[in-house]
Amino acid sequence: MSDVTIVRTSREEIEVYRFGPIISIAVPLLALVIQAFVPVRFRSFAVLDLPLLVTIFFAVTRRSQVAGLMTGAIIGLVQDALTHQAIGLYGIAKTVVGYGASSLGVKIDVENPGTRLLVTTGFYLVHQAVYFLVARNIAGLALEWLWGRTLVAALLNGVASIILFAILDRFKRGT
Amino acid sequence: MESFFSRYRNASLLVLVLVAQVVGLGTQVKKRNDTAGKSETGGTRLIRLWVVDAITPVEKFFVGGFHGIRNIGKNYFYLRGVRQENRELKAEVDRLRIERVRLSEDAAQAHRLQALLGFKEQFVSQTIAAQVIGTSGSDQSHVLYIDRGSSDGIKPDMAVITAAGVVGKVLRVFHSSSQVLLINDSSSGVGAILESSRLQGILQGTAAGEVTLKYVMSDEKVQPGEPVLTSGGDRIFPKGLPIGVVQAANPGSDLFLNIRVKPAANLSRLEEVLVVTSIAETDPRLQAAPGQQIRAADILAERLPSVPPKPAPGAPKAANTTASGTAPSATAGAPTTAGAAPEASATIAPAKPGGSPAPSATTGGKPADSTTAKPAVVKPAVSKPAAGDAQKPRQTAKPASDSPQAPGQDVSR
Repeated sequence: MSDVTIVRTSREEIEVYRFGPIISIAVPLLALVIQAFVPVRFRSFAVLDLPLLVTIFFAVTRRSQVAGLMTGAIIGLVQDALTHQAIGLYGIAKTVVGYGASSLGVKIDVENPGTRLLVTTGFYLVHQAVYFLVARNIAGLALEWLWGRTLVAALLNGVASIILFAILDRFKRGT
Repeated sequence: MESFFSRYRNASLLVLVLVAQVVGLGTQVKKRNDTAGKSETGGTRLIRLWVVDAITPVEKFFVGGFHGIRNIGKNYFYLRGVRQENRELKAEVDRLRIERVRLSEDAAQAHRLQALLGFKEQFVSQTIAAQVIGTSGSDQSHVLYIDRGSSDGIKPDMAVITAAGVVGKVLRVFHSSSQVLLINDSSSGVGAILESSRLQGILQGTAAGEVTLKYVMSDEKVQPGEPVLTSGGDRIFPKGLPIGVVQAANPGSDLFLNIRVKPAANLSRLEEVLVVTSIAETDPRLQAAPGQQIRAADILAERLPSVPPKPAPGAPKAANTTASGTAPSATAGAPTTAGAAPEASATIAPAKPGGSPAPSATTGGKPADSTTAKPAVVKPAVSKPAAGDAQKPRQTAKPASDSPQAPGQDVSR
């Protein structure tokens, strides 16, 4: 009897999910509205990046690089439009994350909470790093990279992703 | 080549999307620099319009619902203690009335001093109350959205305040909403002055969302707790609005101090704000009492330094108009402000060259009762008017038995 542990899943073993058009539009829109509205009452809520979490969720669940990068780009550009800065900062960062998350989703299973925590924490850091580089070098913004604050925010987003992804799992439709 | 793109289709698309965004971003940054951030290109303006028009109605709906639920609870609990609160408020009103009388005296005095120096007064003459409906949702962009837009008369660069202090300025205006840049954003700037030391600087935000006062020289002394006010130098915020208090002041690496300011308004919990739609600027000159005119001589006397009256040849020393001999104003009494009786202001006309008496002495338009040749000691204009004191003379004229009246100097009683 052979005892083989699968450490890496193949493309065929991972299920690809789809979402209805209403969910595809409503969920990112709701994430953007909540992200803009809640900090009026609870400023510290702004540490969470719900649009980023939604981008990661759709990317890893759909497992399509094109869909992932386009989702990231659109959500990022809309998020940019709500700020007073040039449009494209969040767009670029979320495009990279969308592409990266969907690429990762093809290779590993991101269904369990532990993996989701690690993946989201990691992609939050990637997102912040890309944003920081673009904002400083292209937009010329005077930003400071604060390691402590960024790591805490990454961890909080990771924890939030466990809850959020569990809710969004209900809207998944298998192919 | 075709096989390369078909093989790396996804990666090529990623590069394409990224390059497009980088080019777009670079173009915006260049245009912003060219126009000093004053205008926005058509494409990005359109994207913002669409997004804001899509998001703000939902936010308004949420805010309305939130307030509705909160008000139901509040109304019930508020009514329970309303009688006690009413009593307390009445007592507060009485106290404030007394305070108002005292402050009006100080204000009148400040008004006169301003008039002497030819200052322009700025004050908020019109505001629009607005509800905060959203934020940017980003830690990197400290902006708010309010539920008033161009349809309500909001324009860019209008000041946004609360009762506590300055909040920020209107950055972008949409049809029914506006974007407000907070004072703690790194791209904001407010002309500021320290209340007691009168040091001026520029208030700016930091990347971490703190507020700092810049360009105060490091050899100046700034104490924590000192209030910071708007200086009016930015032409956006009226002068004298509270911004906050100094939290800490440390020497910086350059010639300037690092002054951290705690904003007076709680920027992280704003629900309602006031948009200053009109700032009135007045020249606080003399104001006539109702039904009476200000004479040009009075205005001139206000603005020009006085010439001490020349003693008549052979006469003893003239009345002691001022200690130095150059009174700050030709009007011996305080400037005639609204409500002050004209006969209350006795004017000392400067003596003509050659020692001849001045043609007339003024008493607010009425002929001066200068027939009596009593000598007088005239005090300079430093009297502080009391409330309800309008009929009292602004000048005290004491008879001095040992000195005759100087030429050109009439004293009315």
